[in-house]
Amino acid sequence: MIESILFYIFAGILLAAAIGVITARNPVHSALLLVLAFFNSAVLWMLLEAEFLALVLILVYVGAVMVLFLFVVMMLDINVAGMRRGFARYLPLALIVVAAIIVQLALVFTSDQFGAQMLADLERYPADYNNTAELGRLLYTVYVYPFEIAAVILLVAIIAAISLTLRRREGTRHQNVGRQVQARAKDRVRLVDLPRRQGEGDK
Amino acid sequence: MITLAHFLVLGGILFVLSVAGIFINRRNVILLLMCIELMLLAVNMNFVAFSRFMENMDGQVFVFFILTVAAAEAAIGLAILVTLFRNRNSINVDDLDVMKG
Repeated sequence: MIESILFYIFAGILLAAAIGVITARNPVHSALLLVLAFFNSAVLWMLLEAEFLALVLILVYVGAVMVLFLFVVMMLDINVAGMRRGFARYLPLALIVVAAIIVQLALVFTSDQFGAQMLADLERYPADYNNTAELGRLLYTVYVYPFEIAAVILLVAIIAAISLTLRRREGTRHQNVGRQVQARAKDRVRLVDLPRRQGEGDK
Repeated sequence: MITLAHFLVLGGILFVLSVAGIFINRRNVILLLMCIELMLLAVNMNFVAFSRFMENMDGQVFVFFILTVAAAEAAIGLAILVTLFRNRNSINVDDLDVMKG
């Protein structure tokens, strides 16, 4: 009973946040509402006893990806008013596509493909069940090669993001490590013999 | 009592909302990226629910990989967006006609 109440509360907030994301006027509000949506999904995953993924969702998505989004939104000077012009024009198209998808989903959900499993109540795991250990066991045995490939994908993403945004502008001052290391004292300090002028120390 | 159907319907509604978001915000690239993130969240919700109700952990491993790829995709997408804004001074999809496609 308490689970149902929790589910409906957090699912409601999640859907409200999702509606906010797609209709908000300001991209910053969209990003913050998306953060709210991620938090609520994490709670729902906790209800499903997927604790590790719930925490990863908060740490990776809210902690990294959404912060990146907010940085970019605030860094770019976006003309919000011009962006909104197509809103009403595309709304009918959106409604048609959405209605088509809803009909398809309803056909799937009302078919008897899932059988009794669809309406079975959730059976709780025993208290000593460890979701993280279970996931880790699978990840480091059966899925160890996909796991390595995922690491390579992240490396590729790092290199791609850096090489896309790195640029050398003219007129800015850069540090050239090679030249710094090669610098010698004789390049920096010049000793000059000044001829002593006549009559200067005579007073 | 929460059943698999609850989570499937929730994931379906979330997915449909993000598709609608892609259609009504199709000028703004950054909102398109956010809608894709929301879509991936809906898919992940289905994966986790199926994995839990079928007592099969493979679904959760898959969600793990989807999160990895989604993070990489967001990073590269935003990098492209920043480069785009530098070159065109706009992130309006209508302005992206350099390749005359």
